[in-house]
Amino acid sequence: MPRWGMAIDLDRCTGCQACVVACKQENNVPFSTPAQADQGRQISWLYLQTEIEGAYPHVQVRFRPMLCQHCDRPPCTFVCPTSATYKNEEGLVAQIYPRCIGCRYCANACPYSVKSFNYDEPVWPKQLAASLNKDVSVRYKGVIEKCTFCSHRLTRAREQAAAEGRALREEEYQPACVQACPANAMVFGDLDNPHSRVAQWSASPRAERLLEDLGTKPKVTYLKGGV
Amino acid sequence: MPHLDSQQALQQDGALFRPIMKTGRGFYLAASLLLAVVVWAAYAYSWQLRRGLGVTGMNRPVYWGIYITNFVFFIGVSHAGTLISAILRLCRAEWRRSITRMAEVITVLVLFFGVGNVLLDLGRPDRALYVITHAHFTSPLLWDITSLSVYLTGSTVYLYLPLIPDLAILRDVATGWRQPLYRLLALGFTGQKHQWHRIEKAISVMAVLVIPVAVSVHTVVSWVFAMTIMPMWHSTIFGPYFVAGAIFSGIAALITAMVIIRKVYHLEEYLRPVHFNNLGLLLLVMTMLWFYFTLAEYLTTWYGHEPVEMSVFWAKFTGTYAPLFWTMFVTCFVIPFAILSRKKTRTVTGTLIASISVNIGMWLERFTIVVPSLSNPRLPVEFHMYHPSWVEWSLMAGCFAAFILLYMLFTKMFPIVSIWEIREGREVAVPETVERIKTYLPMETKGEVAT
Repeated sequence: MPRWGMAIDLDRCTGCQACVVACKQENNVPFSTPAQADQGRQISWLYLQTEIEGAYPHVQVRFRPMLCQHCDRPPCTFVCPTSATYKNEEGLVAQIYPRCIGCRYCANACPYSVKSFNYDEPVWPKQLAASLNKDVSVRYKGVIEKCTFCSHRLTRAREQAAAEGRALREEEYQPACVQACPANAMVFGDLDNPHSRVAQWSASPRAERLLEDLGTKPKVTYLKGGV
Repeated sequence: MPHLDSQQALQQDGALFRPIMKTGRGFYLAASLLLAVVVWAAYAYSWQLRRGLGVTGMNRPVYWGIYITNFVFFIGVSHAGTLISAILRLCRAEWRRSITRMAEVITVLVLFFGVGNVLLDLGRPDRALYVITHAHFTSPLLWDITSLSVYLTGSTVYLYLPLIPDLAILRDVATGWRQPLYRLLALGFTGQKHQWHRIEKAISVMAVLVIPVAVSVHTVVSWVFAMTIMPMWHSTIFGPYFVAGAIFSGIAALITAMVIIRKVYHLEEYLRPVHFNNLGLLLLVMTMLWFYFTLAEYLTTWYGHEPVEMSVFWAKFTGTYAPLFWTMFVTCFVIPFAILSRKKTRTVTGTLIASISVNIGMWLERFTIVVPSLSNPRLPVEFHMYHPSWVEWSLMAGCFAAFILLYMLFTKMFPIVSIWEIREGREVAVPETVERIKTYLPMETKGEVAT
């Protein structure tokens, strides 16, 4: 079984937010109304964290695409009272929306703060409501959601491979954000395959994993920028 | 064992029967006011059910607010009864007799509101039972459900057992629709020797059993926080810190209830200054214990000076939550310590002021444990201040009102001071205690004179 992971080169990231848009569209992530944004209730599976360093005139802005780190030892799944969030057989941290009771314990336990709660019923502009992705279930008010590494794409790729009677090829499964990145700043694949780009990037001297000292074993690696 | 002479009990301790037999206009007035608050809260909840948790003030990352604060607070107050009453019973503290019942009722009633606040907090309350049908054993929330249901069962039994002889007395003197009810609940108790023997044995067994259960309940409540790796939640001291805080707020709630009952039902003869003095001393001990735990918790954090912990620390000490934090310190320590450490101020009024202060302070403590940690996560996120909405305040008011209302109804149905235990104290315990004290001492025997 591959160990799916992602690597992001922050030196290549231009902060264009194509990944953010691709993610929203792929995963039926609702738009936030201005009121929701004011209350701090945006739902985002992937967002661009902006870090500003230094003071004028020597200011440096750094971008970091932030998403679920798909920990190998996820703090969120341990505390869930109903196993609505769990690590699935592919090693991805998954959410079962129909089982979520909306206690938000997982969101509080996540040290990366990447889980979103549906405070309100999600709404889409009329034109977009018709073009929702049919592979991804639409959530409703009262449940938690977060990045799934586009696991529906993995399901589809596996089914395709099975229909053709062959093994899954690693490159057949790519999350929408990785696919959309125009700067090739994101790579995705099997961390256990030494020939894969994601494994090579993850072994780079610039590689860092967020809050690794907590023992969460995140499967997203960042390649430090500006070194 | 005392005689179950119901008519004599009615003559001697008539004051204890009066709340049940006579209901004045004041009661109906207070009850309808409280009922109005409860109805308003029910409306607020239907509002929340229809629109979702968006009607609260919670956001990202402050996913828990005053519902969870109330949950911890109410479970804390529940330690008023069962634990204090069980400890006093086991220590044979004779002054317990008039206060055990009113303490035990607090426990049973307030537990419902503790659990209820978790349900209010759920995004999908219709799925609450999934916690049992899809139980996930590593979740501290499940441990909570388990220990809370054991505690609720245990403390209900512990309230009911000492109620049985009183129900038998009431059965003998009551008239009208109440009579069959008391007959049913009294389980055929007639005061025979073997019945007394059994009930006393059952009470002492339960008194021993409920103590570890009570301790476990608040420990597990603290573990909901301490088991995560959130800054200033992930603390090994949380179990005992929460248990001490629970007993602290429990005693305070008990004193508050005692003062009100004493005043409203004119039970000055049963709830005497000595009761308030003794409970006041107990509250003083807990005040100092609270200070010790708080000092230990914050000093180790400050000395270690880990950045993630310090951002929460400063948020409480000098930042956004400083007004709440320092109010908590004054109301949990300065005020009660100043009042309770002097005999002159350890009066009925003095202990009442200290108790109200402690109750406010302990609620603030729960709030400043829940919210500041959530507001200061490890990684930078967009921060939005949490302001509870009208729905949250309404539901909180509704919980308090419903609790007081149910408590009032209890005093109208059952004696709020244990009749038979008062009589037993008078008839049996006075000579027994004299004998007991003699066994503590080397008594001089007749004819032997030291030379």
